[in-house]
Amino acid sequence: MTLPFAIIAGLTVGSAVAAMSLRNMVHCALSLVLTFAGLAGLYLQLNAEFVGLTQILVYVGAVSILIVFAILLTRSTEPKDEPSTVTPWVGISVAVGAFLTMALAVLASPVGKRIAAPAPEVSVKTLGQKLMTDYVLPLEVMALLLTAAMLGAVIIAMREKEGK
Amino acid sequence: MAELFAKLDALPVTLKHLLLGLLPGATPEWLVAVVSAVLSITPILAVFPLMFALTTVIERKGLGRIQNRIGPNRVGIPLTDIRLFGFGQFIADGIKSLIKEDVVPRAADKVVHFLAPIALLIPVLLTYSVLPFGKNMVPLDLPQTGLLFFFAVGASTELSVFMAGWSSRNKYSLLGAMRAIAQMVSYEIPLILSALTVVMIAGTLSLPGIVESQTELKFGFLYTWHLFTPWGLVGFFLFLTAAAAEANRTPFDLPEAESEIIAGYFTEYSGFKFAIFFLAEYLGLFAMCGLGITLFLGGWLPPVKLAPFTWVPSWCWFLGKLSALIVLFIWLRGTLPRLRTDQLMGFAWKFLLPMTLINLVVAALWHLSANSIPLVARWPLCFAMLAIPYWLLGRGFEAKFTKREYRFAN
Amino acid sequence: MLGTGILKGMVETAKNFAGSYHDPERLTTVEYPEQRIASKENARQFPFLVHDTEDPMKGLRCVACQICEKECPPQCIYIVKSKDKRADYKGQMQFYPATFDIDLSVCMSCQICVEVCPFESIKMDTEFELSNTDRFGGLLVNKHQLAKSNEHYRKIHPTEAAASDAALAVEVAKAQAKAKADVEAKAKAAAEAKTKAEAAAAAGPVGAPASAPAPKPSSPAAAPAA
Repeated sequence: MTLPFAIIAGLTVGSAVAAMSLRNMVHCALSLVLTFAGLAGLYLQLNAEFVGLTQILVYVGAVSILIVFAILLTRSTEPKDEPSTVTPWVGISVAVGAFLTMALAVLASPVGKRIAAPAPEVSVKTLGQKLMTDYVLPLEVMALLLTAAMLGAVIIAMREKEGK
Repeated sequence: MAELFAKLDALPVTLKHLLLGLLPGATPEWLVAVVSAVLSITPILAVFPLMFALTTVIERKGLGRIQNRIGPNRVGIPLTDIRLFGFGQFIADGIKSLIKEDVVPRAADKVVHFLAPIALLIPVLLTYSVLPFGKNMVPLDLPQTGLLFFFAVGASTELSVFMAGWSSRNKYSLLGAMRAIAQMVSYEIPLILSALTVVMIAGTLSLPGIVESQTELKFGFLYTWHLFTPWGLVGFFLFLTAAAAEANRTPFDLPEAESEIIAGYFTEYSGFKFAIFFLAEYLGLFAMCGLGITLFLGGWLPPVKLAPFTWVPSWCWFLGKLSALIVLFIWLRGTLPRLRTDQLMGFAWKFLLPMTLINLVVAALWHLSANSIPLVARWPLCFAMLAIPYWLLGRGFEAKFTKREYRFAN
Repeated sequence: MLGTGILKGMVETAKNFAGSYHDPERLTTVEYPEQRIASKENARQFPFLVHDTEDPMKGLRCVACQICEKECPPQCIYIVKSKDKRADYKGQMQFYPATFDIDLSVCMSCQICVEVCPFESIKMDTEFELSNTDRFGGLLVNKHQLAKSNEHYRKIHPTEAAASDAALAVEVAKAQAKAKADVEAKAKAAAEAKTKAEAAAAAGPVGAPASAPAPKPSSPAAAPAA
């Protein structure tokens, strides 16, 4: 465990805990963004530049905005002073149980034993080539969906103006 | 002679190696890396904020001239009559913002309010790390993801704007932040799509690689800047428009429209925090210009490979092009009025987005027909394919915006 | 076509920019403390009190009628009437202002005081450098600071001053004519009384009512008053 990893992991876990426990919803959202950024840092540390930067672009840049807008548009951001009525112990025990199950499954699986094998150097080019050859159908379906959504947005915007 | 110019060109790089060589032999590896990084960062931190400072004065002087007045021309060296044409102004402004009281509203969310300017300045400065300022002069070479890094880091400024606007507990701040986010999210799409054409043609996300892709020679002397292609010409102007909106420059400065919402998201900031917002805004603009230069204007390349042009060091070419673009933005600011919010959104979604999509298709056509159609026919063909949609889309806009009806005033 | 308007505008601003270096039409600003443009005749900034004699305090035209004080929209004028009277420019006995203060920070330069003054005694000055380091006392301008000579008025507002002088001359001429007529009437009355007495003494009580028609005043003199 290297020092940068420790810092990033601590930041990620700490901000995730803060995202759960802070009372102010916007603070929670900002902490969650910090978690996203920490995850991106972990990806970068694993030499997955493309995934890490996409994580920043999509999660820090776009999803976070979506979250804060959702919070601002739906409810008051003022923290309420009322004490939490639900005791947290049930939730904690469920979370620990789930985590233990997953950890045991991961440890028992052969994934952990391949640590010594050198990680393949995945370049953006290979990613692109894979997407364009092996995974072309999912890519095209996604592209169609997104383009349709975008064109739909443009058409809705144009209709509204003409209707006036 | 040519050797001398080559040495001048490589001066910053040699200087850095010289300074690194001064380290004692027993220096640990990580310390060398840190010193090397610091040596790369220092010029950026010195040059671009200085450029910002000078730009503020030049902008005020230029806008003054455009508006038939003189502009600042008094502040020079204190206690003397030397006025330096007013170029001491930025030092006075800097001192003023440093020693001004830092007022934080009582209702403000203190922590977020404090963090917002920092969270804005850091990503903006980070974007400079992937820009190639000259030959072999890129602080952080990411051969796989250079451009993606730029956009990823640039996108995170939106959140800082939200933090500033929300934490101030001021309706104008929040309105400004909302406007800024809506604008930045909308214009990010045409920005990225117009940059994507270059990535598609160059076949790389690396910014030095994109500059390299423009080093081929046409007619034996003309560099193949992407600007010289029809899709590049259109793409550059689409990119500039989107970049102006991303950087909140006139005519897209709605998030800080003084006449409507005071100063937008940084209404409640004073003193040095305000200066940081100001600095971050201009540095963001410079970074966008730098990216535009790298993508379309051949980066640090001269326009032609002829004697007097090739003598000028590559970093001078970059800074020269950057200055020219800054002047263009100042000129635009002196000319154009501010858009309305609905016009702003309509422009992004109904004009810029279709144009960038068409541009992407035309770029692909340009690339694929490289061998089948001669250049003389290919250029006008591709240009017509862009000009006709431009004319059609533009006509729709003009029909909508030329005549304004007033319901009650008539 | 979309964009031509932008280009047109940019050409115009470029013309402004380049023209500001050689064309005075495109650079109308002057650098104020060093360069000044001559004050416009109709400029008005802050009222002053006109005086006619060498000693400003003795020659103030103001008679402390307090009309301006009452009419002033922001109520920035403060007048205290004197206890005694003194002769004005016509020789008539009048009150004069013991105190005449105007609050510079309240005055809005509306010129209503000038318009309502029946005595041509308060006028607008063109002086605009009125800043002061004392923000309480310094901004309350008293009558010593307010008093300015009629020559000053003629210099800053020649046309208005000529009209004002003419009006005053009419007043003076009226007053003089009236005084003259009074004197003549008195003399005539005295003479008549004398003749009456003589006649009465000579021919008994035959009274003839005598009335002295006031002589028309002479044509308005263009000469400045006093």
